[in-house]
Amino acid sequence: MDRQLSAEIEVSGLRKSFDKLLAVSDLSFAAGAGQIFGLVGPDGAGKSTTIRMLAGILPPDAGEIRVAGCDVVADPESVKSVISYMPQRFGLYEDLTVDENIRFYADLFGVARRRREQRSEELLEACAMNEFRRRLAGKLSGGMKQKLGLVCALIHTPRVLLLDEPTTGVDPVSRREFWAMLYALLDEDVTILVSTSYLDEAERCHRLALLHQGRLLICDRPDNLRARMTRTVLSIVSPHAGEIRKVLVAVEGISDAIVVGDSVHVFVDDASLRQSKIQPLLDRAMVPYAAIEQVPPTIEDFFVDVLARGGYRGWQTSSDQ
Amino acid sequence: MADQQRSVSVSNLVKRFGSFVAVDHITFEARAGEVFGFLGPNGSGKSTTIRILCGLLRPTSGEAYVAGLSVAAQPELIRRRIGYMSQKFSLYNDLTVVENVRFFAGMYNVAGDELRRRLAWVLEMAGLAGREHSLTATLSGGWKQRLALGCAILHRPPIVFLDEPTSGVDPLARRRFWELIQQLRSDGVTVFVTTHYMDEAEYCNRLALIHRGRLIALGTPAQLKQSALSGDLLLVEAIPLGTALEVIRRLPTVRDAAVFGNALHVVVSDVESGGERLLGELTARGLAGVRIQRIQPGLEDAFVALTGQKRENKEVIDPKSL
Repeated sequence: MDRQLSAEIEVSGLRKSFDKLLAVSDLSFAAGAGQIFGLVGPDGAGKSTTIRMLAGILPPDAGEIRVAGCDVVADPESVKSVISYMPQRFGLYEDLTVDENIRFYADLFGVARRRREQRSEELLEACAMNEFRRRLAGKLSGGMKQKLGLVCALIHTPRVLLLDEPTTGVDPVSRREFWAMLYALLDEDVTILVSTSYLDEAERCHRLALLHQGRLLICDRPDNLRARMTRTVLSIVSPHAGEIRKVLVAVEGISDAIVVGDSVHVFVDDASLRQSKIQPLLDRAMVPYAAIEQVPPTIEDFFVDVLARGGYRGWQTSSDQ
Repeated sequence: MADQQRSVSVSNLVKRFGSFVAVDHITFEARAGEVFGFLGPNGSGKSTTIRILCGLLRPTSGEAYVAGLSVAAQPELIRRRIGYMSQKFSLYNDLTVVENVRFFAGMYNVAGDELRRRLAWVLEMAGLAGREHSLTATLSGGWKQRLALGCAILHRPPIVFLDEPTSGVDPLARRRFWELIQQLRSDGVTVFVTTHYMDEAEYCNRLALIHRGRLIALGTPAQLKQSALSGDLLLVEAIPLGTALEVIRRLPTVRDAAVFGNALHVVVSDVESGGERLLGELTARGLAGVRIQRIQPGLEDAFVALTGQKRENKEVIDPKSL
């Protein structure tokens, strides 16, 4: 069912410190061939450090890394011809045009001219940028720069693509196009590892590793993560959301109540609290509300749930089966 | 305080840069005491509008009142009545926590007893008691963010502008931040938020969506979600997914289809006939594990639907708008 036949990226016991700061600690995970694997966590979680170690440009203090069959720790140079790495600030030349940037990267990777022309045509078409080929890279919008970065990173058809927060600051429309390009690459059997600090974006990956303060909280498919959420989320729509929160926040069985726009999201241990406690309490307090309904938990809800229960302890990488 | 002094009111606002129309006759109001989200793609005119509202840029024509003051006539007064916090945390990293607070206090003329009270409040609100003399550079993202918020509202402004306030902080810190925002709101403060992130937009009471300089949608998150899609949204699972996508895209009842992780998001004109048809076609093609369920569109679906219809070459200036 899962496309987890062979691991294209395998990391075990990875550790990296910068002076006194432990950036990555005892990190292990595996990403299957032909998958989009998400490295998800806030700033400072160790995402960039991990990606740089995977790309063979930062030696780890301890641990093993295999990417596309290469032993990255023993021979960091070996991996460079089979991967493409797009750092957070991809090195586009702002005073070169879109086409010139692509040609520069194609030359760097030794891509033959005919191959380059065909491939850049396809890639620019896929991201709706064909008509901007003569525009200076410096004159592109943020979303377009990211897409051009991806085109340059893909000009040599890598086996593994490493993307460090490629969509930060990019609007939802450009972000969707960017993701559509990533999905299209899977048909070429490229394995993609992408980092993000946005949990809504995590839902688009086949598998995720949630990182916090350099450690792995959990690694699984997004739907499995949501299914592991022990609490139920009830949404109460009301113009008096703030008052509802006050009424409910300290009630036994309710672990959290957060105001989200015109509603309150109430995290309950047991959905039956709706009838037995919540409705009577709101009626007694005479706070009007339009509806109470169960909503599906998000990855963010899950993340918060795990952190609130004491972080990574007790959580491990799950097997894929 | 009168509602007018806590609201943002924009009518027929226009800003041109040479022949380029960055903001094109937009009209809206962020009401007193609401969390108002201002959304739009890169280059939509969003930042230009914010800069006008903060009194940093003069409009070409039209009116905008912030806290009861005209942005064209009294821009420097406006800056004292608003708080502004950007994603880049406008804090000095090489100053300590207290030094940062004092710096902003100086800028906003907060002194004496009021400064003592506000300093104590910021430390408590941000959870920084005991860290008064830590260098700001050593604080985690969540702390920095709450400190930046505290510094931005030291002078108790009735309106606060937040520019992508929670990008990059961990989810717990983020929830805590939004709780603070809700507290501000219950104290009567109006909060004006810009963001690219739809889960952040969900926290707003109402949203305005701006695209190519024009206002294209205004309403509560629920209203935008309901109105944006001209059809029903289905979550489709099938193996292999790529083949399913090809089959689905050819069906006449399908408006849009996109890969979303391990499944597809498919917009059909009518769920009754559309869903049946999809199931029939996918099963007939021998695809395995076919599951179809109707799901509620998210804000992102709404955003993409609303801006996508009017998109094409979004960076090319529309001659008609000149």
